[in-house]
Amino acid sequence: MLTTGVIILIAGLYLGGLFLLAFWSERRAARGRGGFISSPLVYTLSLAVYCTSWTFYGAVGSASRSGLEFLTIYLGPTLVVMAWWFLLRKLVRISKAQRITSIADFISARYGKSASISALVTIVSVAVVAPYIALQLKAVAASVDALAGLHQAATVDVHGRSILADTGFWVAVCMAVFTILFGTRNQSADERQPGVVAAIAFESIVKLLSLGAIAVFAIYGMNSGLGELFDRADWHEGVQRLTTLQEDFETRWLVTLFLSAAAFICLPRQFHVGIVENTNERHLATASWMFPLYLLLVSLFVIPIAISGMTQLPETVNPDLYVLMVPQSAGQTELALIAFIGGLSAATSMVIVSSIAMSIMISNHLVTPLLLRLSVFSQQRTADFSKVLILVRRLSIIAILSLGFIYYYSIGTTSPLASIGLISFAGVAQFLPALIGGVYWEGGTKSGALTGLIAGFALWTYTLLVPSFAGAGWGFISVLDEGPFGIALLQPDALFGLAGWDPLVHGLTWSLTANVILYVAVSLFSRQSPLERLQSAVFINAFDRSRTGVEGAIPRSAAPEDLFRLARRILGRERADQLFADYAKSRGVERRADLPATDPALIVYVERALAGSIGAASARSLVARIAKGETISLESVIQILDETQEAIRYSRELEKKSRELEKTARQLREANAQLTELDRMKDDFLSRVSHELRTPMTSIRSFSEMLVEQGAEGGAAALEGEQAQRFLSIIQHESVRLTRLLDQILDLNRMENGQLDWELQEVDLADIAREAAETMRGLAQNGDVALIDGLGDARLPVLADPDRLKQVFVNLLSNAIKFNDAAERGGAAKVWLELERRPAGSGGAVCAVAIRDNGPGVPPAEQQTLFSKFSRGWKEGSRRPTGSGLGLAISKQIMLQFGGELLMTASSPAGSSFAVRLPHAERALQAAQTDAAPETGPEAGPEAAPEAAAE
Amino acid sequence: MGARILIAEDEPFIVESLSFLLSREGHEVDAVDTGSEALRAVQRRRPDLLLLDIMLPETNGFDVLRRLRAAPGLEELPVMVLTAKGQEADRKRMMELGADDFVTKPFSNRDLLARVASLLGAAARPAG
Repeated sequence: MLTTGVIILIAGLYLGGLFLLAFWSERRAARGRGGFISSPLVYTLSLAVYCTSWTFYGAVGSASRSGLEFLTIYLGPTLVVMAWWFLLRKLVRISKAQRITSIADFISARYGKSASISALVTIVSVAVVAPYIALQLKAVAASVDALAGLHQAATVDVHGRSILADTGFWVAVCMAVFTILFGTRNQSADERQPGVVAAIAFESIVKLLSLGAIAVFAIYGMNSGLGELFDRADWHEGVQRLTTLQEDFETRWLVTLFLSAAAFICLPRQFHVGIVENTNERHLATASWMFPLYLLLVSLFVIPIAISGMTQLPETVNPDLYVLMVPQSAGQTELALIAFIGGLSAATSMVIVSSIAMSIMISNHLVTPLLLRLSVFSQQRTADFSKVLILVRRLSIIAILSLGFIYYYSIGTTSPLASIGLISFAGVAQFLPALIGGVYWEGGTKSGALTGLIAGFALWTYTLLVPSFAGAGWGFISVLDEGPFGIALLQPDALFGLAGWDPLVHGLTWSLTANVILYVAVSLFSRQSPLERLQSAVFINAFDRSRTGVEGAIPRSAAPEDLFRLARRILGRERADQLFADYAKSRGVERRADLPATDPALIVYVERALAGSIGAASARSLVARIAKGETISLESVIQILDETQEAIRYSRELEKKSRELEKTARQLREANAQLTELDRMKDDFLSRVSHELRTPMTSIRSFSEMLVEQGAEGGAAALEGEQAQRFLSIIQHESVRLTRLLDQILDLNRMENGQLDWELQEVDLADIAREAAETMRGLAQNGDVALIDGLGDARLPVLADPDRLKQVFVNLLSNAIKFNDAAERGGAAKVWLELERRPAGSGGAVCAVAIRDNGPGVPPAEQQTLFSKFSRGWKEGSRRPTGSGLGLAISKQIMLQFGGELLMTASSPAGSSFAVRLPHAERALQAAQTDAAPETGPEAGPEAAPEAAAE
Repeated sequence: MGARILIAEDEPFIVESLSFLLSREGHEVDAVDTGSEALRAVQRRRPDLLLLDIMLPETNGFDVLRRLRAAPGLEELPVMVLTAKGQEADRKRMMELGADDFVTKPFSNRDLLARVASLLGAAARPAG
């Protein structure tokens, strides 16, 4: 059995070695040879500061008491580094850009560098971290006592002992000294501390190896192997808990999972190692798989130790001490010592990092603002404030450890390790809404964040922290049981009647719900100050480079010499010189004195540097004292920013609108062009009708006047009988022409309006075509055009009015003959009448005859309007055969009436071809039967088949 | 007092009626049925009056008139335009191009002859 003295000696030696490691690492880093110190491995291992003595001792205890619940503590962070790395990356990016020093600084910077927020977050952190540190003290003290054989029993009543006799007190003192040596050696407060990080990483390795050693011993030392271990587990009732899930497990699992995930980001020490000490964003990628692996190993080691402890140690042994007691009980003192060193590593790493993080927060957010307010700086003494800062930090470390000890001493050792840890987790989870909202929701305001934090923290204190004191005999028991003043509704563990819940679930639900609701609601109803809006934009658009530099655009003015004096006071002479020398170099001037008199960028530069030492809020407040014109110009910058954004948004909308307008305008133009075209066509039609009517009427009138004149006077104007006869015949001829024209116009009009009612009968399309050809033979011979019948003996039964159908063919043939100029071009004019060659697959449902010629073809410009009224033949300036220009329009209408179609199938300078198509008579009859009124209009005819054939 | 009159018109019956009427008045009448022929005819032998139809094949009445007015020695040639379309726009355009008179078909024989006489008289006076 070791004595307390020997144990403390060994612990001291271990810590001394650790200190040397830190010292050596720092020296290496200072010489720019970071090497492994700045590797992703060290970063990942430093994250393992998450595994405190609570993990080391408490996880085994927790597994023994509540089974698999301990796993959630590891699952939460795993979830964060694996699935939420983008959030971590954003936090790292922002923190680097803004020289963030702590989580309080981060939240405060987001909400307009608010001093009240950073102070509040710091106070909350102190309240949360103190019990957590107490936990470490308790663990180390208990392990020392256990190792020395002082208290092998489950719990110790520390009351009634003097403080000096308590092992915890001396542990606290040692840790304070050690942390001060470690964490505040640097002259400057803001620099990253590679030595500390290296030591923490090393301790993480020690933790893991030591826990692994005990696990191996539990399997192979205490038992002959896994088989025997699990055999023991089989018949032991308590072990069943390890493999079965407890009642209520769902909500508690979810809550602890959430809490551990939140704690991984929000705990001041996690924020410190994970975000502030991060040297390279890419390390997050490595951590995202390596850290979960670390946690997996830890959780695997926990199980055999827990089983062995439960089955092979007396029931009186505190499960939290199984790690120590398993080897101890077997007389393996060396192994027990290794276990102790592992636990010590877990505790010291947590205490060191926590105290450093807390001392930064306390000095930056509580003490410095206070000193500023007390006008320490307005006195023109050239006191080096950096020395003050270091002193403040050392005192803060002592203060935070004292608080931890007080908590430990007042509560005693009644609560199990895990429950204290979870209460702390629930406390820091209160930062989550303001933090996450801060980087993803532009609307979050300072008032919202403050209100949410205060409410959440107050409820956390009331529902979780206060009841934790109850067991210490502080007289809270009556409050717990009956509520304050006997008001049951206000009972801390059953607030507003919400009884029967797990105390942790209950407390977290109330505090976090109030926190989130107030944060969102107050944010929605409050306005952001200009600086808040600026910072919120910078935070939310952290990955947008153009936005991060926006502060430099604020036209503030301050003399470089004033800024230098300020920097010297905060950072110390040496670093201030360096800072300004670097800046001068970046500006291309040699000395500080050569810097331009007003340089807004320098102000931002100095403010950032100061922020790294004393936090954003204090730095801003200090710089504001010597920089002029900030407020107004800042607002104007915000306004400019807003206006620019507004203008961009507006111009995008305008662009969209203008595109829409353009489209509408184009549609209107098209519609208008169509209307104009229709109007022009109507005018054209009237003009042509007028011309066609006036021409015969001119002859009729002129000749009839001559005849009338002669009849009246009989004298000088007498006509010879032969002449009078000729005039009369001209009049008659022209009257017939006039009548025919009127008939055609009316005919066409009626057809267009669907007013014709023809008797359709079955006829043969080929026969009709041949008849028409016969009629036209005379015209063809006159024009020296060969009319070739290539129809053969095909039968093409269709439903049609034979006269009308013949009219169509006559019209087409007459055009083909009249316009054929092949003879003039030195060839032989020909017109063919033949069966239309149908595309394959169009079937026999359609009868079609083609009229083909080797004439000049239809000019492309006229093809569009070929079938409209007066389309052809009115082409000015071309020698034209006579004709009304209504022939094709009428023919087309006739074909539509029959449910068929008339179209031009080809046209080139070598000739054109027209097709007359009608449905097969049987097909047409079928369609007519299914159609109630087949002959009421052009649309009534069966047109599906011809339509398809037209393709 | 017979004058030389050229008729540019493509409707044979209208040419026939005009020829008959004008010949009976003692004028020497010539007829062509396209615009280009009309231009050639006036170049060959300047008539005293041109009766010009608008809707002529090959070169329409507008173009014939425009080219006449641009040709040396023909700027002053009296031109009477005949049209069957009866549109005010056509009348205005022809007058702008330098037509001396404008007659819409169908016309009254007496009216037409009076206008021809008036045009011939107006053309003869400054000359004589």
